[in-house]
Amino acid sequence: MARRGHTLTAESRPHGAEAPAPAPIVAPALAPGLLTLARWRLLAMHREAGVGHVGGNLSALDAMMLLHHEMLTGRDRFVLSKGHAAGALYVTLWSRGLITEAELATFHADGTRLPGHPPARGLPGSRFGTGSLGHGLPLAGGLALAARLQGRDGRVFCLTSDGEWQEGSTLEALVFCAHRRLANLTILIDHNRLQGFGTTAEVASLDPIGRVLSGFDVEVREADGHDLADMRRVLTPGTGRPVVVVLHTVKGHGVPAIEGRLDSHYLPLTEEQVREAMLGSAMLGGATGETA
Amino acid sequence: MRRELCAALVARAARPDLVFLTGDLGFGALEPLRDALGERFLNAGIAEQNMIGVAAGLASEGLEPWTYTIAPFCYARAFEQIRNDVCFHRLPVRLLANGGGYAYGVMGPTHHALEDYGVLSTLPSLRIFVPAFDEDVAATVAAAGDEPGPAYIRLGRGERPEGRVVPAYAPWRRLRAGDGPVVVAVGPMAGIAWSAFAEDAADGPELWAVTELPLSSNPPPSDLVAALRGRTLCVVEEHVAQGGLGQALAAWCLEGGIALGGFRPIAAAGYPSGTYGSQGFHRRESGLDAGSLRERIGARIGA
Repeated sequence: MARRGHTLTAESRPHGAEAPAPAPIVAPALAPGLLTLARWRLLAMHREAGVGHVGGNLSALDAMMLLHHEMLTGRDRFVLSKGHAAGALYVTLWSRGLITEAELATFHADGTRLPGHPPARGLPGSRFGTGSLGHGLPLAGGLALAARLQGRDGRVFCLTSDGEWQEGSTLEALVFCAHRRLANLTILIDHNRLQGFGTTAEVASLDPIGRVLSGFDVEVREADGHDLADMRRVLTPGTGRPVVVVLHTVKGHGVPAIEGRLDSHYLPLTEEQVREAMLGSAMLGGATGETA
Repeated sequence: MRRELCAALVARAARPDLVFLTGDLGFGALEPLRDALGERFLNAGIAEQNMIGVAAGLASEGLEPWTYTIAPFCYARAFEQIRNDVCFHRLPVRLLANGGGYAYGVMGPTHHALEDYGVLSTLPSLRIFVPAFDEDVAATVAAAGDEPGPAYIRLGRGERPEGRVVPAYAPWRRLRAGDGPVVVAVGPMAGIAWSAFAEDAADGPELWAVTELPLSSNPPPSDLVAALRGRTLCVVEEHVAQGGLGQALAAWCLEGGIALGGFRPIAAAGYPSGTYGSQGFHRRESGLDAGSLRERIGARIGA
């Protein structure tokens, strides 16, 4: 297991703690196979804990791994607005050596630092506790504004869900960030098209969300959220405006039994489903897009 | 208190980390602050949830954010942002809430703040300031600004009785001594109560002003505790009784084994007549004007 470049410790320091000097990124690219390993670990973790919400973790994992292994340095920030993808965050931080294997085993257990949504304090590599949707983008806007006011370089990445754009506070934040032309901000949308009790199109459609948001003063880009090369292409810095990246993803990605299924939002995986997913990706040599 | 607030923040504006965000309010009052802060003064628009989330982000980077809007648009509209983004993270965001209680008068109930500090007292790490007099604002800004954690500042209109000199700022101040009931008044109600009892003799009420809450971070001083034993406690507040200081102080006395001679809370009654009017009208309806206080607390209650 690669545990390279603890570059996120500066970002994750508890408030008031002295900031350690940011270390350089050691890994130039997300190593082939690491993504598969992270997916397996995520599945195993959810399976061991007997908890659901895995679908929205699997749709977001690839983007989170790419950001944390290739893009984030000590001067950058990451905000997970879709806090129900906490498992993917924990596994990503584990893959960067910020959470130990032993701690990962406490996921969802009594006394854990790793609850179903990221905690507010005390988790290395995670600045904000989230979970109630609509909070991450205002927070990220504050980080981006702070960098501007403090004359600092660095980018802010905020990963939102697609259903989360039904929250008024998310749109409030978009208006604010666009108006302030926070070009150091990149907003990712995990567009897996499924929310709690239906598809986004059925429940309260903003589709096509990329075209809808292009009506704001932001730069909208779109990519396959499971294709690393495609994501690298769209995650370059913006010029003059915030960047909104619509990541077309599949809920439950990598687990055939639940891919694109609404119940993947809630139901725990069975052992058979996990085994099938692991065998499938092993036989394929990894899921789509894992090679650079 | 807006003018005093603006002056206090202008005096603080040289601090490079200070950032001021307003929810599209401050016209005719905050222009000097805008001019002093330049790009660090932001009109965040009519979007209070975002404003407070942004402020939490700023605070997490070591900046000193202050947000400003009408009280209900802060604590009620953006409660979850205050709870999750600010208080759960113990971030030093200063929430300026203008128009505490019935201060917005005939603007109507949507603009009143009758349950703000009760609700906010339930949150972890949040300190609440309710300055009583215009003279308190500078000290309040200094205290809230130097807080390591979050702060909510409920602003109103100072009600200093004419000819009286406000004692130097302290979270608890005895405004007059007396052998009668012990009156504890929150924020500007202290000025109203002071007017009611200023001329009373030595057997009149003893009056205390309290300007910081909750009691867990600002417990009553020993002089007040000593005065309470065996006497009637009257808590006067422009806030509903539920969750107000009256309940909190009564519980505090019970827990501490301080036997009161009686308990008489006088709190905001809401809108008993179903009609609306000035702040004075609503205070009268709740018995929170000087005349009503004299009637309800004065000679009729023994010590």
